[in-house]
Amino acid sequence: MGVGVSSNARPVGSVELAVPPMPEYLQFVRAIVGATAALDDRLQPGRVADVRLVVSEAATNAIRAQAAIQVTTPILVRCDLTGDRIVVEVADHGPGFDPSAVPALPEVETPERLRHESGLGVSLMRQLADSVELESGSDGTVVKLTFVVADA
Amino acid sequence: MQLDVHRYARDTCVVLAVLGELDLAGAPRLRQSVVSETATGIRHLVLDLTAVDFIDSTGLGVVVGALRRLRAHDAELSVVCPEQRIRRVFEMCDLDRVFTLHETVDDAVSAWESV
Repeated sequence: MGVGVSSNARPVGSVELAVPPMPEYLQFVRAIVGATAALDDRLQPGRVADVRLVVSEAATNAIRAQAAIQVTTPILVRCDLTGDRIVVEVADHGPGFDPSAVPALPEVETPERLRHESGLGVSLMRQLADSVELESGSDGTVVKLTFVVADA
Repeated sequence: MQLDVHRYARDTCVVLAVLGELDLAGAPRLRQSVVSETATGIRHLVLDLTAVDFIDSTGLGVVVGALRRLRAHDAELSVVCPEQRIRRVFEMCDLDRVFTLHETVDDAVSAWESV
């Protein structure tokens, strides 16, 4: 699993999963990544739920992207525990997209808002993670989500 | 663990009690239940999310889709969501402004019956 114990007795290292791009595996991904993040006891309990939600969003996008072009290679999910941050990365071999083209959500009161639930995933990632980095090309997408852990 | 949906009648309403994790895997099951109920011509559907352990944007999408479908059939949707950790996801997406999130099925049923 590659997680060691630093001199501060704080876990560092990373967990990497290669997961079949099927919705049934989302629960497993949330459980493993959530449990990995929870190893860092500086992370408040509420934030572990945030990590689970964020990885669910990113992994869902990856599964959907690959399904759109019938690519069945595993999606890669990684959770890195470093000294001051937890980094979750999800990589897929979908068709890619232009992150700057994700439209802003319409106002809540308008009927159009009800048609935009697909934009909610990115909105949630941006609200919950301290930073979101999206790299996308014709051979796939990598999403990198960082949770800064306050030092005790 | 697969998402479970338990259907029962309460007064003139139908309640769908949802159990488990409402994500891309569980969403189709709930969506299908809503489609089935809408086809019977009900006036008021209550989605009881009390036993939902997890919801993400895909799960929210099914709830929003249910609202649209019911309204297109001249019916109403109420959502029961007492757990703050699930309610919070609605709030982060401003969907607590689209839905009233009731504490109990009783609340949802009486709110509708009192209109």
